[in-house]
Amino acid sequence: MAGESVTVSQGHFVGTLRRDAWWTEILPAALLLGAFGIYATFRAFEGAYYTWGPYLSPFYSPLIDPQHHFWPWSPALLILAFPLGFRTTCYYYRKAYYRAYFMDPPACAVGERKRNYCGETKFPFILQNLHRYFLYAAIIVLGFLWYDAIIAFFLDGHFRVGVGSIIMLVNVVLLSTYTVSCHSLRHLVGGKIDCFSCTSMGSPRHTGWRAISILNERHMLYAWCSLISVGLTDLYIRLVAAGVLRDITIL
Amino acid sequence: MADAILEVFRGDRQGGKTEQYRVPVAPGMVVLDAIHYIQGHLAPDLAVRWNCKAAKCGSCSAEVNGRPRLMCKTRMDALPLDQPIKVFPMKSFPILKDLVTDVSWNYKINKKIPPFTPRPGTDWKVYQDDVDRVQEFRKCIECFLCQDVCHVLRDHDKFEQFAGPRFFVRVAGLEMHPVDGKSRAKLLRDELGIGFCNITKCCTEVCPEEIHITDNAIIPLKERVVDQFYDPVLMLVRKIRGVNEDSK
Amino acid sequence: MTTKFETHEHDVLIIGAGGAGLCAAIEALAQGASVGVVCKSLLGKAHTVMAEGGIAAAMANVDRADDWRTHFRDTMRGGKFLNNWRMAQLHAQEAPDRIRDLEQWGALFDRTSDGQILQRAFGGHTYKRLCHVGDRTGLEMIRTLQDRGVALGIDVYMECAVTRLLKDGDRVAGAFGYWREQGRFVVFKAKSVVLATGGIGKIYKITSNSWEYTADGMALAYEAGAELKDMEFVQFHPTGMVWPPGVQGILVTEAVRGEGGILRNKNGERFMEKYDPKRMELSTRDVVARAIYTEVREGRGSEHGGAFLDISQKPAEYVKKKLPSMYHQFLELADVDITKGPMEVGPTCHYVMGGVRVDPETAESTVSGLYAAGEVAAGLHGANRLGGNSLSDLLVFGRRAGMAAAQAAKKVRQATIDQTQVDKAEREMLAPFQNGNGESPYAIHRDLQETMQKLVGIFRVEADLQQALQELEKLQERARRMHVDGSRMFNPGWHLSYDLQSMLTISEAVTRSALARRESRGAHSRIDYPSLDATWGKQNNVVSSQKGTMMLRQEPVPAMPEELQKLLADEAEAVAGKGK
Ligand SMILES: Cc1cc2nc3c(=O)[nH]c(=O)nc-3n(C[C@H](O)[C@H](O)[C@H](O)COP(=O)(O)OP(=O)(O)OC[C@H]3O[C@@H](n4cnc5c(N)ncnc54)[C@H](O)[C@@H]3O)c2cc1C
Ligand code: SF4
Ligand code: SF4
Ligand code: FES
Ligand code: FES
Repeated sequence: MAGESVTVSQGHFVGTLRRDAWWTEILPAALLLGAFGIYATFRAFEGAYYTWGPYLSPFYSPLIDPQHHFWPWSPALLILAFPLGFRTTCYYYRKAYYRAYFMDPPACAVGERKRNYCGETKFPFILQNLHRYFLYAAIIVLGFLWYDAIIAFFLDGHFRVGVGSIIMLVNVVLLSTYTVSCHSLRHLVGGKIDCFSCTSMGSPRHTGWRAISILNERHMLYAWCSLISVGLTDLYIRLVAAGVLRDITIL
Repeated sequence: MADAILEVFRGDRQGGKTEQYRVPVAPGMVVLDAIHYIQGHLAPDLAVRWNCKAAKCGSCSAEVNGRPRLMCKTRMDALPLDQPIKVFPMKSFPILKDLVTDVSWNYKINKKIPPFTPRPGTDWKVYQDDVDRVQEFRKCIECFLCQDVCHVLRDHDKFEQFAGPRFFVRVAGLEMHPVDGKSRAKLLRDELGIGFCNITKCCTEVCPEEIHITDNAIIPLKERVVDQFYDPVLMLVRKIRGVNEDSK
Repeated sequence: MTTKFETHEHDVLIIGAGGAGLCAAIEALAQGASVGVVCKSLLGKAHTVMAEGGIAAAMANVDRADDWRTHFRDTMRGGKFLNNWRMAQLHAQEAPDRIRDLEQWGALFDRTSDGQILQRAFGGHTYKRLCHVGDRTGLEMIRTLQDRGVALGIDVYMECAVTRLLKDGDRVAGAFGYWREQGRFVVFKAKSVVLATGGIGKIYKITSNSWEYTADGMALAYEAGAELKDMEFVQFHPTGMVWPPGVQGILVTEAVRGEGGILRNKNGERFMEKYDPKRMELSTRDVVARAIYTEVREGRGSEHGGAFLDISQKPAEYVKKKLPSMYHQFLELADVDITKGPMEVGPTCHYVMGGVRVDPETAESTVSGLYAAGEVAAGLHGANRLGGNSLSDLLVFGRRAGMAAAQAAKKVRQATIDQTQVDKAEREMLAPFQNGNGESPYAIHRDLQETMQKLVGIFRVEADLQQALQELEKLQERARRMHVDGSRMFNPGWHLSYDLQSMLTISEAVTRSALARRESRGAHSRIDYPSLDATWGKQNNVVSSQKGTMMLRQEPVPAMPEELQKLLADEAEAVAGKGK
C-alpha cells in the first residue's frame, strides 16, 4: 500500500505530524499572562484604592510620594518597573511568552514562522542577560513587601488579624519562594562554583545551592502561584479600599 | 492480539512517500520491534539505525506520530492503534534513506569543543558532592533527539552558528567538572551560539535520559556567559584584578 | 598498486570503535603512528556503551586487602584454569593504572567518602573491586575514550563494515569493506591491523547483545588464516529480562545482585542456597545461570519461565540512585517497579570467552601484523569470564595491541594490495543481488538462532551437537543461495547477508569445539559429561581453516611459573578435576 508522495519537512507555520491538540499547551499561559497584563496596567495607572488601614497593595510598595509633591502620576509607575522587569527577564516567563506570544516555537515539533530569528543575541532580547540585576532589585522590593505584610497585622498599634493580613502574608511567602528559586540566585549562591570542596565556604554554599536547586525544580509553579497571588492581593485591597468589600477581623 | 498499521516514510534525499505495513502486536512490543518485523517479513531493505534495543546507545531516534522518540523505548500499547502509526526520520537532519538521517554535523560540532583539561597540580581527590551535577550530563547517549526538536535548528537552520542542546550538555559537563581548569564561556557565546537558545525547553521534554538540559545545563551556562561578558560589575572587577578570560 | 575503489592508507588500521578499539587507537597515536578506525555503526554506539556494572581493577579503595594477586587468582579460578596465565597476570597488574588513565581523561566514577573511586562487589570477585558509575559504566568509558580520541584527532570511518582482510603473502596488508550508507566499496592499506570487533551474541535467539555482534572479527581472522581458541565457551548471563517477549534477553545487570538483590523461585525459596551456599547470588555466572535454568526446568520457575530477582528490600531512593537504568528499564518496558516488587529474570547469551588466539604480551594473532583485543580475542577469561573483567580487558589489552601494532608498523613497509583478493571480495559481496530466487537472509538468520538456542545452549549433549552440525550445513547451503532485493544504499537485508556468513562460520566453530570438549567446565556444560576432566583441564581447543575446511585440534594450556602456581596452590587441583 503506497501512500501519496510526501515531503518530510512539515516546515510551514504550525505544521506538524503531532496528533494531539498541542495548542492546549500554550492557551492557559497566553490567557493568564494576558489577563494579568491588562489588569496590572489598569491598576498601575489608576493611582487610587491602593491602601486601606494597615494594608498596602503590592503594586504600590514601596509607596513613594503618594501626595504628589514631585511625581504627578500614579506612584505605582515609580516602582513597578522592578518587579515587572524581574518577571519579564525571568527564565521561566521567557519560555512562557516566547512560546505563547512569539510562537518561537508554538509547541515542540510544531513549525514556526520562517523569519530572521536571532534568539537572545540581539537587542532587545540580549538585555535578558541582565536578569540578575532585576533579581537584586526584586530582593529589595521583597524586603518592603515583608515589612508591609508584618505591619498589616497591626491596626492603630494593636495586633489584629484580618482577612487582608492573611492574604498579604500568603502573598509574600509565595513571592519569596518564587524569588528564592530564581536561576540567577542559584548561580550566584553556588552554581558558578566547579569544585565545592576546593572553595572556601564551599560546604555552606553547596548546602545553599542544593536547597535552591530543589526549589528551582518548581520555579514554574511558584511563578504562577505568586503571579496570581499578587493580582488577587491587589484586587482584594482595591475592593476593600473602594468599599465594595468589608475586611473581616478574624482575631 | 490486534494488528497495527505502521505508516513509514520510504525515500531518500530526492524525496519519497509513505508506505503502510500491517504488523501483529505482541505484549510489551515497542515501535522498533514493529520495524524489525517489517524488515524481517515485508521489506528487507527498510533502512533504520539501531544497536542495543535497550535505550542505551541512542541510535534509533525517529519521529513517531510527530514526536521525536527512541523507537526502542516507545511502547506500541501507549499509542492509539485505531489510526496508522506514523514513523518518520528526524526532521532536522538530511535524509539518507528511509528512517536514517545524516547526523555527521553533530560530530563536526563536537570537535570544536576543547577537551577536558585538568588543572595543573591536581591531586585527583574528587568528592561525590562535586560530581553529582556533572554525572547527570554524562548520562547523555547522543541520540540527538534534542538537536532534532530544537527550533533553532529545526525551523531556523542555524547549523552554522548554533551547537544545539546536546553540546551545551557536553560543555556543561566539562565546565562544571571539578578538576577541569579551562573556561569555555567565550566559545559558548561566539561559536556555539548559546544566545540563540530561547530556553523554550523542548530539548528537555524529549530527552530520553531525562537530563534537565535547560535548567541544569543551558541556564547555568548562560549565567556563566553573563559573568564573563554581560555583568558590568564583574567585568570591572576582573579588569582591575587582571584575570585572564581563558581560565576559570 | 591502485584499485578502482576509494583507498585509504594508515600505519595502523583498527577495526572496531568499542573500548578495545579506541584504547588501541589512542595508544597507537601516542606512539606516533597514523591511525584509522573503522566501525560498523556511529562512533560512540559500540557495544561497550551498554556495559553497566563496572570495571574490575584491584585498586583497593574500598577493601584495603585487595591486590593484583587476588584479582589474578579470582580470574583464574573463575576461568577454571583454562585462562592464559600471562594474560590474567598482566590484566590484574595493569588494570588499576588504566582506570587512572580514564580518570585523567575526564571520566567521573562514583566516589568514596574520602574522594577516591568507589568500588562495588560482583560475582566471583573476593573483594569490592568494580569501579563504576551507577549502572552506566560502559557509557562513561566509551564517552571518555571517544572524547580523548577526538581530541587527539583520530580518523574514524563510521558506518563502514570490513568484510575481508587482505594479505600480502603471510602478512596482513589491509582490509576491504563497504560504506553502509552508499554501499560503495572501500579498501584500506595498513602495516598493522587490530581487530576489536566484539562478540558473537547474535547467533543466539535470546541475547543481551546488539545487532553488531555477528562474529565478524573472528570470521575475518579465521578466513585470513588465524587461529581461534576456546570457542565452546559462550557465557550465558544468568539475568536477562524474560517478559514481555519484545524485551526478552535484555540484560539485567549483575550490579543488582552486587547491591544485594536476592534470587527466589516461585515457591519463594532462595535457591542459591542449594547451588552455592557460600557465595549465594554472587557466585560466578555459569553457576547462577545453570541454577536458574535448573529451577525452571524442574518446574519451580516463574510464570514466564524465569526466576525472581528482588532488590525491593533496599530503600527506594538507594535503588534509584545506584541502579537508575534498571529502574527505568523495568518501569518503561515491563511495567514493573523494581523498588516495590521483584523482576523476572532468566539466562541470556551475553559474552564469548573464546576468540582469536593471541600472544599475551602483544595481542598479535597467529597471522603476522594482525592483532586482536577485547571480546574478539581469547585467553584472558578461560572457561568463564567474571563480571567487570571485560571492560578492564579492553583497557589493558586494547592499549597493548595498539602499542605493539604501532611499533611493528615502524619496522615494515606498506605492503601491496593484491587485486585478485579485492576482486574476489567484491564478487562475494555482490553475489546475493545476483542469486535468482533464494531466500531472504532474515529467514536464514531466524533459523540459525533457533538452532543454536535449542541445540548449542546452556546445557549441551552429544546428539544435539551432532544435529546442530547437520543443521548448520543445511543453513550454509541455504545461505549460498540467499537473495537480497533493493539497491546498495543503506540496505539492511544486504548487510545481514554478509553478517550471516560470519555467524554461520563461527557457529560451526562453537559447535565443533563444544562437541570435542567432553566434560563440563565453566560456561560449557555437557549433560552427558557432567563433571570436570583432568585431561581437558590442561588443554584448549583451537580452530583454524585448512584449505577451506575447519580443523580442530588441542593445545596444552601454557605452564605457569612457580610463584604464580603458589598463589593458586590450594584450589588449582580441586578445580582441575581430581575426579578422573
Ligand atoms: C548489556 C551488557 C552489559 C555488560 N556489562 C559489562 C560490565 O558491567 N562489565 C564488563 O566488564 N563487561 C560488561 N559487558 C561486556 C562488555 O561490554 C563487552 O564485552 C565489551 O564492551 C566489548 O568491547 P569491544 O571493544 O571488544 O567491542 P565493542 O564495544 O562491541 O566494539 C565492537 C566494534 O567493532 C565494530 N565492528 C564489528 N564488526 C565490524 C566490521 N565487520 N567492520 C567494521 N567494524 C566492525 C563495531 O561497529 C564496534 O565499533 C557487558 C555486555 C553487555 C552486552
Ligand atoms: S531550550 Fe534552547 S536548546 Fe533547548 S530546544 Fe529550546 S531553544 Fe533549543
Ligand atoms: S541530551 Fe538527551 S536528548 Fe540530547 S542527545 Fe543527549 S540523551 Fe539525547
Ligand atoms: S529565573 Fe525566574 S526569577 Fe530568576
Ligand atoms: S537501539 Fe539503542 S537506543 Fe534504541
